[in-house]
Amino acid sequence: MTYAFFLGCIMPMRYPGIESATRHMFKEVGIDFVDVDSFSCCPAPGVTRSFDQNTWLTLASRNLVVAEQQNLDIITICNGCYGSLFDAAHILKENKEKLEEVNKSLGQIGMEYKAGVKVRHFADVLYHDIGVETIKSKVVKEMDHINAAIHYGCHFLKPSKLKNLDDPERPRILEDLTEAVGARSIEYKDKNMCCGAGGGARARVPEMALDITKDKLENIKKTEANCILNVCPFCHLQYDRGQKDLGEGYNLPVLHLSQLYGMAMGIEKDKLGLDTHYIPVNL
Amino acid sequence: MTEESAQPKPQCDGEVPAADQEPVTPNPEFTAMLIEKGAETLNLCFQCGTCTGSCASGRFTAFRTRKVVRRAQLGLKDQILSCDDLWMCTTCYTCYERCPRGVEIPDIIFLLRNLAVQEGFMGEAHKKVAGLLVKTGHMVPLSDEYQTKRENMGLKVKPDTVLTNEKAKTDFNKLIQICKFDKLIGMGGE
Repeated sequence: MTYAFFLGCIMPMRYPGIESATRHMFKEVGIDFVDVDSFSCCPAPGVTRSFDQNTWLTLASRNLVVAEQQNLDIITICNGCYGSLFDAAHILKENKEKLEEVNKSLGQIGMEYKAGVKVRHFADVLYHDIGVETIKSKVVKEMDHINAAIHYGCHFLKPSKLKNLDDPERPRILEDLTEAVGARSIEYKDKNMCCGAGGGARARVPEMALDITKDKLENIKKTEANCILNVCPFCHLQYDRGQKDLGEGYNLPVLHLSQLYGMAMGIEKDKLGLDTHYIPVNL
Repeated sequence: MTEESAQPKPQCDGEVPAADQEPVTPNPEFTAMLIEKGAETLNLCFQCGTCTGSCASGRFTAFRTRKVVRRAQLGLKDQILSCDDLWMCTTCYTCYERCPRGVEIPDIIFLLRNLAVQEGFMGEAHKKVAGLLVKTGHMVPLSDEYQTKRENMGLKVKPDTVLTNEKAKTDFNKLIQICKFDKLIGMGGE
């Protein structure tokens, strides 16, 4: 299976290190991908879906068509893009009326969506398709100095009745993927709670978003974790930038899973963009 | 005796003590419209409060998920749509997962937000990001600083997206116009 690599917004514009790490890591573990040169924003549901569901669904469907025209499924490294595109693909597959409505608009730009695209989160592909054993075989440097506070984020596993990947209350996917490269997963209070950024909260109610982030950080600080590990550039941004905004006393490096895997698989540090974070990553 | 103002102030929690609130008049037409537009699970709610107890935003604010759902059941249109509470949900789906009645709360919140926006209740920060989407096809701008960072890592200076593909951006713009999203956020005709 070859995937269309969906870039989204925060990764290429704010954390290019995640993009670079992902490109190298995918090659290492054997995830085949191509660049499709006409994707846009997914579009981010916090604002777009909140403002107008028809616009959200129509713009998402154009992204789906772009992949479908090349017979590709989509792979994303962002919970936000995953939530948006997965939900849109689901609605368009299940609801003929909506599909017809969207196709009326797409028709005006010479496109039609046939509802045949699957949208995959890279952690799902790593876990269920590549497998922990293959990942272990690619490790050149055991990450036994990493004590990771794993942050799942919200839209990787939820809504679970649609995504069906793992139990959202007691998941194992990221713990197993973390341990596969020799790192430890550290338990902490309210581990499955949101980072605070989603649903447009970071832009509209930034103080509240930061209160939630602070609560999570305080819970993590009480443990022996030496970094926060995530699978979403928006959560990544909220933790990394959020610590800078909170000021003194917050100094926990934030790693995207692609970056941890890059470190474990011997990809040069300057290709992982670790020096481009707000909170220095000295791990 | 209280003076009647032309536009009644929305009675949000935290601003008006419950005991002082005016009696409310249910509006079944509004509720029926919500259900017709996709809130099919709305009336399954029996007000247990599991959603409120699971809500991250509710821990730090006066936002109470259960009350939003109750007001939607009663059709209290003005109270719901004008109230900032509606924008405190981070759409984390924890309430959705835990609801014993299967009420699809975040989906109901998206619908209510759409209606609020149609009435003109839009946050300035959100309008700004929506404007970026219309202009660039992305919600985050690519600065010179980050172009350099990309180049230094061996990535293309600009990612291969609508940012560099003119035809794709033209298609994208057309869809924005068809959906009247530019007009919605006050950018139409520009």
